[in-house]
Amino acid sequence: MFVKKLRNFIRGASIPALLLWAGSAFAEYGLNLTRGVTPISREVYDLHMIILYVVTVIGIAVFGVMIWSIFHHRKSKGAVAAQFHHSTAAEITWTIIPIIILVVLAIPATKTLIKMEETGDAEITLKVTGYQWKWKYDYLEDDISFFSSLDERSNSIRKGESEESPEDYENYLLEVDNPVVLPINTKVRILTTAADVIHAWWVPALGWKRDAIPGFINDNWTYIEEPGIYRGQCAELCGRDHGFMPIVLNAVTKEEYEAWKIEMKNKPAEIDGEKLYATHCSACHQSNGQGLPPAFPALAGSPIATGPLAEHLDIVLKGKAGTAMLAYGPQLSNEELAAIITYERNAWGNDTGDEITADDVQAAR
Amino acid sequence: MSEAVSHEDHHDDHDHKPTGIKRWLFSTNHKDIGTMYLVFALIMFFVGGAMAMVIRAELFQPGLQYVDPQFFNSMTTVHALVMIFGALMPAGVGLANWMIPMMIGAPDMAMPRMNNMSFWILPFAATLLIATFFMEGGAPAGGWTMYPPLVLQTGDAFPFLIFAVHFLGISSIMGAINIIATVFNMRAPGMTFMKLPLFVWTWIITAFLLIASMPVLAGAVTMLLTDKFFGTAFFNAAGGGDPVLFQHVFWFFGHPEVYILVLPSFGIISQIIPTFARKPLFGYESMVYATASIAFLSFFVWAHHMFTVGMPLTGELFFMYATMSIAVPTGVKIFNWTATMWKGSMTFETPMLFAIGVLFMFSIGGFSGLMMGITPVDFQYHDTYFIVAHFHYVIVPGIIYGVIGGVYFWLPKWTGNMYDEKLGKLHFWISTISVNVLFFPQHFLGLAGMPRRIPDYNIQFAEWNMISSIGGFVFGLSQLILVWVVIKCVRGGEKATDQVWEGAQGLEWTLSSPPPFHSFTVPPQVTDASAHS
Repeated sequence: MFVKKLRNFIRGASIPALLLWAGSAFAEYGLNLTRGVTPISREVYDLHMIILYVVTVIGIAVFGVMIWSIFHHRKSKGAVAAQFHHSTAAEITWTIIPIIILVVLAIPATKTLIKMEETGDAEITLKVTGYQWKWKYDYLEDDISFFSSLDERSNSIRKGESEESPEDYENYLLEVDNPVVLPINTKVRILTTAADVIHAWWVPALGWKRDAIPGFINDNWTYIEEPGIYRGQCAELCGRDHGFMPIVLNAVTKEEYEAWKIEMKNKPAEIDGEKLYATHCSACHQSNGQGLPPAFPALAGSPIATGPLAEHLDIVLKGKAGTAMLAYGPQLSNEELAAIITYERNAWGNDTGDEITADDVQAAR
Repeated sequence: MSEAVSHEDHHDDHDHKPTGIKRWLFSTNHKDIGTMYLVFALIMFFVGGAMAMVIRAELFQPGLQYVDPQFFNSMTTVHALVMIFGALMPAGVGLANWMIPMMIGAPDMAMPRMNNMSFWILPFAATLLIATFFMEGGAPAGGWTMYPPLVLQTGDAFPFLIFAVHFLGISSIMGAINIIATVFNMRAPGMTFMKLPLFVWTWIITAFLLIASMPVLAGAVTMLLTDKFFGTAFFNAAGGGDPVLFQHVFWFFGHPEVYILVLPSFGIISQIIPTFARKPLFGYESMVYATASIAFLSFFVWAHHMFTVGMPLTGELFFMYATMSIAVPTGVKIFNWTATMWKGSMTFETPMLFAIGVLFMFSIGGFSGLMMGITPVDFQYHDTYFIVAHFHYVIVPGIIYGVIGGVYFWLPKWTGNMYDEKLGKLHFWISTISVNVLFFPQHFLGLAGMPRRIPDYNIQFAEWNMISSIGGFVFGLSQLILVWVVIKCVRGGEKATDQVWEGAQGLEWTLSSPPPFHSFTVPPQVTDASAHS
């Protein structure tokens, strides 16, 4: 273990050293904002570059004066202090010029902001709901709905359960099990909301992020012009696994999008207790059922997972107030909940032998 | 003035101060209380710094190496709370305690007993906060901004967090009241408001900001408390409340808080730069008005901390324009300091180096601040490492450099001994190189898409994180030089003159070094404008 860390350290340390000397550093590694793939993201990028140039020029001018003064007006060079302490002309000048610069900057910024708020005339409405710690996507017109959470490969690396290290996986922490799919050249309205705490949905290539707030819906829009896979992350601290709920957006042609919709609608619901547990429960209770006490109790050998079924059903359906344990009743179907609870009552040596059915769950609702 | 001072020296022998622990526990002396504030702030600076080291160690390379993500979140949360409420604010109050009576020609603060109480609340409040690490559910991990509903998931630590914030707020308000009472009532004859040293001016304005904004924070956290324990629903949409309401109330406190932290630092460098340029401060009046306008405007820009919550367009435009307008008075201050240096006769002792460090690096933080004032672009910058880089440039080489510069500037006055100039310069240069290695790459990380407050990241962010961490470790360690310089200076050294610095002007430099226990028992007569440098 130590040797592996040392090796990683040495390898990691050599990369920046090489990079600093390599001329291609700028191109290969992101030093700047992405231009993105929408008209808005390009406007945002241009605004970013304009103001970056403006502050750079101001910086060079002001720092230049300071540095000149530091080198020339020093006592060791025999400089004698002037005694002026006021100049109305100078003070008016350096108040007026910044005001003019700010007004000039504010005009394009205002135009872009107004465009960003024009959410009407969308062809597709996508509702994004943040959960601790996954995203749910609802295609409101097409009745398609699914959860999207961190992919198994990243998950096992970050938990140290994998032989691989983060360096071995290009999309480490930036890959999901079910990417959200959108068509290009289509105005899409994107609604953000949340089920538990505040999250923020951010795909840099779209040019914005927006908070997902429980009990409220924010509306946004996008118009993607280039097909591709665009990655982002949750941008608002949302608890323990805030860093582990990425967003993957797959932008496809309209034809491919239609085909994808048909495929999604015909896909039989896959109900596998272990997989569902991995998606919905393992972030806290861990894939080995040991939890992370005291915040997240173990399920292996726990009084609830091995005790009366009614209590187990109750806590899963309704959550536990004052803790991170959510109510899963509104999130998942009877069949899915039955599979998860059956898995929990038989895995990790719990061996209760219980088989819970969808009817049991329905009765407990 | 010199008559008053020699008179003062005779009185030195008549001090009746208790000895041992009682001197400190029951102290009503502005210098002793100021010292306690500064020592407390220094200890908290290292406590908060140790947490920053944990953060940078975990982020040294991708993968989870040292801490659980929940503990990582506690580190970022408590690091911020300890640094803001435990280190920066007490350091500012400590310097005000020490210097304001000496600068305005008063014997002590106006309310010495309250002064004692406002200090002694702090160790209790800090203990409440730090004790949460040993509680069921761990220390607060919902961010120092305490946004609901996440903060309501805090375990047993929750009420301790709320009460710690209450106590810290009470302490600050009492300190602010004391400063206002002192400046308004205890100025020496002839010391009119427009003759006050700029450090005193910035502190009056800071004190008003404190009184106006701390109760708002207290109200916000009290509503959190009742939401959690008494069934209210201020911030719960299911009960008719609104989680975003908290953010509005919090940042109505939080933005003035930024200026509460930075204005005293502006005041300090407004004392240091004229001293070492041997030239009067340029545009004294416009400095006072610029400070007051920054403070006034700071109440109208709070929502720029939360542009992404989804405000109406008109709201976003208002806060964008208001935020941009703050650049004007801030620019005036920077230009005035530059004009003060211009055609001066400068020397570069350690305080001057730190003051110049503030000019350059606070400006960098100001530039990125202007960039994120542009709302549509802030939708990209928000909650990324670009923001982390921005506010750390403002706070570390902006505010902390101002405070450290002030400590070097006044240390010979306080102790009567010159500090070790070589070590001071070493401290400055190591800090300045490492602080830029630490924070500048974070601009790149943020622009490339790294969110803040994450314990692990994709390989594409690895290089700059490693460089940033190396800068962080060096910066953290180099602050031990400061401790060494201070200890060495307190223990002895070349004797300082009363004026200490060739270009120093103002009442505090007419007192002996170290000054008598009660600063001015007979008020000096201030006759000319040289009272402020």
